[in-house]
Amino acid sequence: MIPEIGHFALILALPVAAVLGILSLVGGQTGRADWIALARPGAQVLWLLTGFSFLCLTYAFYTNDFSVLYVSQHSNSLLPDLYRVSAVWGGHEGSLLLWLLMLCSWMMAVSIFSRQLPDAMVARVLGVLALIAVGFLLFMLITSNPFVRLSDIPADGRDLNPLLQDPGLVFHPPMLYMGYVGLAIPFAFSIAALLNGRLDAAWARWTRPWAIASWICLTIGIALGSWWAYYELGWGGWWFWDPVENASFLPWLVSTALIHSLAVTEKRGLFRSWTIMLSLIAFSLSLLGTFLVRSGVLTSVHAFATDPKRGVFILLFLTVVVGGSLILFAARSGKVRAGGSFSLVSRETFLLVNNVLLTTAAAAVLLGTLYPLFIDALNLGKLSVGPPYFNSVFAPIMTPVLFFMVIGSYARWKNDTVANLSQKLRPVAIVSVLLGCAAPLLAGPWSALVAMGLTLSIWIVLASAVQIYRQLKDTANWKSTPISYWGMHMAHIGIAVCVVGITMVKGYETEKDVRMTIGDTVAVGGYTFRLTGISQVPGPNYTADRGNVELIKGDKVLRVLHPEKRTYFSSTMPMTEAAIDSGPTRDVYVSLGERLEGDGKPAWAMRVYHKPFITWIWMGCFLMAIGGGMAAADKRYRKKVAAKLNLNEVKGAVA
Amino acid sequence: MTMKPRHKRTAMIVGALAALSLAAYFVLNAFQSNLVFFFTPSQVGAGEAPQNRTFRVGGLVKEGSVKRDNLTVAFIVTDSLKEVPVTYTGILPDLFREGKGVVAQGQLGTDGKFTASEVLAKHDENYMPPEAQHALDQAEIEKTGKTLK
Repeated sequence: MIPEIGHFALILALPVAAVLGILSLVGGQTGRADWIALARPGAQVLWLLTGFSFLCLTYAFYTNDFSVLYVSQHSNSLLPDLYRVSAVWGGHEGSLLLWLLMLCSWMMAVSIFSRQLPDAMVARVLGVLALIAVGFLLFMLITSNPFVRLSDIPADGRDLNPLLQDPGLVFHPPMLYMGYVGLAIPFAFSIAALLNGRLDAAWARWTRPWAIASWICLTIGIALGSWWAYYELGWGGWWFWDPVENASFLPWLVSTALIHSLAVTEKRGLFRSWTIMLSLIAFSLSLLGTFLVRSGVLTSVHAFATDPKRGVFILLFLTVVVGGSLILFAARSGKVRAGGSFSLVSRETFLLVNNVLLTTAAAAVLLGTLYPLFIDALNLGKLSVGPPYFNSVFAPIMTPVLFFMVIGSYARWKNDTVANLSQKLRPVAIVSVLLGCAAPLLAGPWSALVAMGLTLSIWIVLASAVQIYRQLKDTANWKSTPISYWGMHMAHIGIAVCVVGITMVKGYETEKDVRMTIGDTVAVGGYTFRLTGISQVPGPNYTADRGNVELIKGDKVLRVLHPEKRTYFSSTMPMTEAAIDSGPTRDVYVSLGERLEGDGKPAWAMRVYHKPFITWIWMGCFLMAIGGGMAAADKRYRKKVAAKLNLNEVKGAVA
Repeated sequence: MTMKPRHKRTAMIVGALAALSLAAYFVLNAFQSNLVFFFTPSQVGAGEAPQNRTFRVGGLVKEGSVKRDNLTVAFIVTDSLKEVPVTYTGILPDLFREGKGVVAQGQLGTDGKFTASEVLAKHDENYMPPEAQHALDQAEIEKTGKTLK
């Protein structure tokens, strides 16, 4: 009964979303106050309906209702409670429902935190979002209904993929989806601005916190995903340039460009068309990502052939959203363009350069991700584009970004001079080159790549530190400095921390595959590992071979690590569970491979790693997210905008 | 040195073009050397696969063909028509099994042996790597004498 109620709520949500979309858009355009007034409560009703539907599906999982097809495919009676709940988004249908719920939650948030916006604007924004919801509702109801019942009720479910039975999966997808879907908000704001032809500093000010909020979620989501892959896939990698990862990274790159371009639009009223364009691209990429990951097209482009309805719908939906918004952009962007002037050496220029570089990087990643799909779809053969392509393309494009980022934060708006900038930055540059080139000598053999990575990181950190120091010392009343200023530095330092991690791991990681019998030792990165025993350990829905591995430095046993090889009852599928000793400057990592038939004595294949500074990668991401949070929390976004605020006022501000 | 809007636009366009062509250069360069093509065992058997260039071969791990010598594993990848002997040193993925689908990436030696630098088997026991499936399908088509189109 419960699944039917959930299904019914979903069906009911469709007309609600459609009516909400049409009435509030038309109302916003024509100024009909009664229709405009519907937008906020409408969004809230929609949120209640999808939230209720989501709860129904969760309930079906929680109670092991295997009569529901989706539940029987993705759960099992032995599955621990926590994973039974997270299994809701372990497959295609449930992830779509989660996506929809996130969208409605963002709509709910807009309906609540938008008192400073004109009602007509809110109506347009919510209208656009409601129409996106209509698309997703149709997609779910027509092709991917999670509530489909089975006539033959299986005794037990097929189980959730063991890889997904992990705390990481409980948080990673919702966070990532929050980010993906959050990009719908700047998208909707852009469409609304195109519709009414008014795109000014106030518009940018309304849009910015939402764009930053979704960027934060994306950042955390990607970091969690990378961390999960690192400890769960068992092979010590933290980024594989896998299409699934790229699908989340593309919107991140573009939204990073977007939040910076929005800054220019807010402060200086420039780059308006570009900002709009970025917000359209960012959302289109997150739609593309959602579908790439969940439609099965990545495992095979011919997955579309097995379920043509889904494929056709996806293509249609993407065409409508991308094509429609581009047409609107072409038709209306002339109205929103405005010229202001800035000199070649100015903050605007550096922000623009980095914007272009970030989008170029995104384009290169997109090409590498989609190229194999195109070739395959055209029956021109099968090929793959491996990590070396992405590394060799991405690093050279991002290096100047790191360099210009600092200059941009030093340059004045509108007009600055090379002499002024070089005078301010020369000491920072000299110190960072010296330190950056010397530091690798402490870590191991000197390499140019490591020196460059560290130089750039120190460059960013030092430059931020100097600015923070000056701000505290020279500004009479530093407490009046907007919190977004500190946020910017926090986020930039986060980038530097992340770059240190990437550089050190790339430069100095060591890895050994060895055959070990009990009592054997292996040395990696100054540590010795000794296998002291292997025992069988039962888990809630698996049994594991668990190794006891002593981690030794010098003569001292630091701790005992327990890598596991699990076999899950439901699928008899083996799973490697690595044991990691994490530290601020290094991780050591051991995973248990298969048992080898030795000469009488039992032996195991083992993989041991030494990964210097790897935690810095994720730490950097979290600093970025915190920085973003500080930027979005700025007071000025919450102020009721004076009715007459216009561009001229903002032009005067030099901040 | 405030620029006139026209000059500014020109400078922007020039800058953007320069960035794009630089990026295009990197991309094409990297593309050339990093495309990894896929061949079925039949194609490898027919001599279509290149030597001294990394490519992928996929199919089923032949039953009874897996031999271990310490960390070096030798096995045969088959599409039921032709077979490719593969050696790999290191730890195999969890789902590597005899009779299951596998994709190996590496180079073909002059002796016809394939030395894998990477062995891919996916995260789901019922899941067949698409490339391995493709190899089997192709062989099936060959056997029954049907053409693809």
